[in-house]
Amino acid sequence: MATTSKLRGGRPAARAPARTGSLRRHQIRTAYTFLLVPLLFFLVVRFIPTLMSLRLSLFDWNILREQQPFVGLENYRTLLEDGRFGQALRNTALYTLIGVPVQVALGLGIALLLGRVRALRGLYRALYFAPYVTPIVAAAWVWQWVFSPQFGPVNTFLGWLHLPAQPFLTSPGQALPTTAALVVWQNLGFQVVLFLAGLAAIPRVYYEAAEIDGASGAQAFRKITLPLLNPTIVFSVVTGTIAYLQLFTQVVNLNFTDQGGPLGSTMTVALYIYQLAFGRYQMGYASAVTVVLFLIILLITLLQLRFLTRRYDA
Amino acid sequence: MRKFLTLALTLAAVPSAAAAPVTLTYWQYDFASKVDTMNKLIAKFEAQNPDIRIRQETFPYDAYNQKVASSVPAGQGPDVVNLFYGWLPQYVDSGYLQPLPARDFPVAQIDKTFVPMVQTSKIGGQYYALPTSVRTLAVFYNKDLLRASGVLTPPRTWEDFIAAAQKVVKGAPPRFTTLGFGIQPDGQDYHVVREVLVRQFGGSPYSKDGKQVAYDSDAGQKAMSFYTDLFTKYKLGTPNFFPGNNSYRDAFIAGKVGMIIDGSFAVSTIQKGAKFGWGVVPLPVLRGNGVRSNFGSYWVNGITKNAKGDKLAASVKFLKFLTSEDTQRTWLQSVGEIPASRKLSNDQQLRRDPVYGPFVQALPFAHSTLFVDEAGQRKAWVDAINTVILQGAAPANAVKRAAADEQKILNGYYK
Repeated sequence: MATTSKLRGGRPAARAPARTGSLRRHQIRTAYTFLLVPLLFFLVVRFIPTLMSLRLSLFDWNILREQQPFVGLENYRTLLEDGRFGQALRNTALYTLIGVPVQVALGLGIALLLGRVRALRGLYRALYFAPYVTPIVAAAWVWQWVFSPQFGPVNTFLGWLHLPAQPFLTSPGQALPTTAALVVWQNLGFQVVLFLAGLAAIPRVYYEAAEIDGASGAQAFRKITLPLLNPTIVFSVVTGTIAYLQLFTQVVNLNFTDQGGPLGSTMTVALYIYQLAFGRYQMGYASAVTVVLFLIILLITLLQLRFLTRRYDA
Repeated sequence: MRKFLTLALTLAAVPSAAAAPVTLTYWQYDFASKVDTMNKLIAKFEAQNPDIRIRQETFPYDAYNQKVASSVPAGQGPDVVNLFYGWLPQYVDSGYLQPLPARDFPVAQIDKTFVPMVQTSKIGGQYYALPTSVRTLAVFYNKDLLRASGVLTPPRTWEDFIAAAQKVVKGAPPRFTTLGFGIQPDGQDYHVVREVLVRQFGGSPYSKDGKQVAYDSDAGQKAMSFYTDLFTKYKLGTPNFFPGNNSYRDAFIAGKVGMIIDGSFAVSTIQKGAKFGWGVVPLPVLRGNGVRSNFGSYWVNGITKNAKGDKLAASVKFLKFLTSEDTQRTWLQSVGEIPASRKLSNDQQLRRDPVYGPFVQALPFAHSTLFVDEAGQRKAWVDAINTVILQGAAPANAVKRAAADEQKILNGYYK
């Protein structure tokens, strides 16, 4: 956006009456030519498959069958009675409700603390960012050891505190929060970086003025930091929510032999789609689930943008 | 005139004699020793049949079925394909495989020369594919660990099995340090419950045509109780003791488990990894009746609908070669999988082999399950077992749940 405004601002000075029109047209043509490439890419890679999956959801489309009959809304009707889909939907909602607030709050908290750190600043930042760049598969593997009921350091630690050992990932009741903890831990680095940038963008003069007016730290946080961080928070919540609604890789790798288990307790909608499509080849039914997930994500994102975005006038 | 005719005929014959050899594509999943052995076998086959070329293509195991399945609607892919026997109903149903020509592969002869479980690949009275080798289950035990715990002879009955495991196990749930039995429902164990224990308790897991679940019975309940008791009552071990894909096997190789039930396909991994004395004994029997049973599985080679004309003739030759006794012997020596031929499996030397013997001896009474949705049918069992060991459900209810879930899958397929 900054680039466009600079261009527009720069142009009048260089204006030569006769040539402007053709140059302008030329620039526009060039711009559209360049835009055409990504547009084509999006059409072929994104939009067409999306429309195709919408169409596919109306068929009983099994790869391993010769006939792929049209069934209308039958797949959607089946969805309503599918207990596993219901469970996947509830789990996905739970992941989002646990994960997003925790990672936003922790990310902001750590960013505020890091803002005060003077010594070894780079090291601290690197430490928090490391999980974000660690391959998820490797992280999931380590997580299995860390939370192992038998050998895990977490249970050893609980033992020192004379607390009973916990089953964590092997229990239907604890597996979901444990998985959510892994995702939060992984995303935290990114959240911190986001908030550090957001905090750095707030002009110091506001805080100086607040100090002169005798505002407390808490007041400054509530009246200056939070409002001016709003765009960052909205971005973080919206992208975080979408990521949780599409949660897949962590769940798959935490329990490789019983993916989404134990007893479906960590199953997500995205994983269910994968299992239906590529484990059982029910492409039509999987597409119906995909369409439902797409609509849910669209709706939630629109709602969030509507209610979270605020304009603050100085 | 005659000269001219001869010349014309010779000319006409020349192009076909000098024509490029028929090239067949063969697919299997990527497993180092299998791919190497197959390369050697292909070289041998090509030397015997100079007019046929074989191109081997391999794919990672996790993506293999998906890769084969997606080549079906596209009409692409291999001429000869390696498939898990459990996938056959779906591939036959889709018209992807053609039945083996009865002239080259007479049904009666296959029934007679191959081990009985191969008959699972006979669909509608016709064979669609044949294996080179087969696999059965047996007990792997850690000799050092058992001896150190005072168990001097490996178990023959389930009662001995439990007693031995109880001596080996250290720790208590949820904190075990050594397991007596590497329990793992989603490993080979669910096969043990369904195809071994249900039969040992006098039942039968499925109706004869495989369309009806039959384990929702007294025998099924006893089998489920017996298996889950190993965890709940006898506390011999716990699932997912080690993290990862092959928890029970990795833990066994690490020397932390007294006994596991695993397939003959695990032999080479255990041979390479285990740094202690280990042995193999047949699956236990119940002291009361001594009924023996086993679960057998295998990978088959079939001819796809892509092979027509010359390619079909060449595919038949290649398949005959792949299922010949010579190839089976090579396969045993280089891959370590046991031969599918009755004659070879009756070989006294093989039956007495300390490692392969117990697997080979189980061939006559090994049963294979006809899967219509392998992943779904496994999930039905694993979830049912988990309701008992994780949620304290009654084994009788768990059997009912497995039966209901699995019957639903079968109904969906046979509708």
